[in-house]
Amino acid sequence: MKGDNRRCFVRGIRDGIPIALGYFAVGFTLGIAAKGAGLTALQAAIASFTNNASAGEYAGFTVIRTGGSYLEMALMTLVANARYLLMSAALSQKFRQDIPFGHRCLVAYDVTDEIFGICVSVDGYLNPFYAYGAMAVAIPGWSLGTGLGVMMGNILPAAVVVALSVGLYGMFLAVIIPPARKDRFIATLVLLSMACSFLFSRTPYLSRISEGMRMILLTVAIAGAASVLRPIQEVDSDAA
Amino acid sequence: MRHNTWIYLLIMALVSYVIRALPLTLIRRPIRNRTLRSFLYYVPYVTLAVMTFPAIMDATGNVWSGLAALAAGALLAWLGGGLLPVAILCCATVFLMNLFL
Repeated sequence: MKGDNRRCFVRGIRDGIPIALGYFAVGFTLGIAAKGAGLTALQAAIASFTNNASAGEYAGFTVIRTGGSYLEMALMTLVANARYLLMSAALSQKFRQDIPFGHRCLVAYDVTDEIFGICVSVDGYLNPFYAYGAMAVAIPGWSLGTGLGVMMGNILPAAVVVALSVGLYGMFLAVIIPPARKDRFIATLVLLSMACSFLFSRTPYLSRISEGMRMILLTVAIAGAASVLRPIQEVDSDAA
Repeated sequence: MRHNTWIYLLIMALVSYVIRALPLTLIRRPIRNRTLRSFLYYVPYVTLAVMTFPAIMDATGNVWSGLAALAAGALLAWLGGGLLPVAILCCATVFLMNLFL
């Protein structure tokens, strides 16, 4: 069992490295937004270390910049991060039932789009140490990137920063495309989701809905419809 | 009233954490409701797809290099490429395309 945890930890680090690189790049650009809100490099790094959320932090920095109330800060953070509620609920199903409270609390610390993405795609149950491995490289990459972004502003050539910023999307594709290839229904869902997302971002009025809110609305609507149209087959016997 | 940046940061951290910790600690047994299980199964595909597009198109300052990265990344992922190769291919595509556009 010990050896198994170690193996999972190492595998988590390996899968976490591309995430950490992407985080570093995105954190860097987020640092520039933090700087605009008047944060120091240390404050920005701490914000990233304690939040682990790009959209949520960006929304938070906006509140700080505009001097909004503490209540507004709480609501903005809640809405911008609401999808993590869904992701954590989904992730809870990847845990063996007897995983202790402490492990659940630790894994919860870094449920991000990317860490969630790799954690749900492991076969069978999720070993918490896999998540820890990914967190061990992703969190430093994220918070150092943000801090450095404030400090160094535009030290990297813009062309490099821009190129690195799509690395995250590449990872998303690597998570959603292989299952879509195996299952035409998932492929349809993926295409439909992208089409709706595009429509929301380009249509007057609809485009005023914030990105976080768009994500919540479309996820609830499309995944909700899918769950009614094609409920998954019951395969794991312990869940029946 | 002047707001304290550290209190802002504390609120952000608390809300972000509680949102994630509640489901993971409260939902301790397999969810039996088939519709809910199906919903949670489909959530990541929809969310990640929504986040990827059209954002990838708008991230590079040039729609075409973003679309090229999407096409290249999707193709490699389709052929079975892992997280890192697909990510690197997307970055390289944008870097090269932006040199010429």
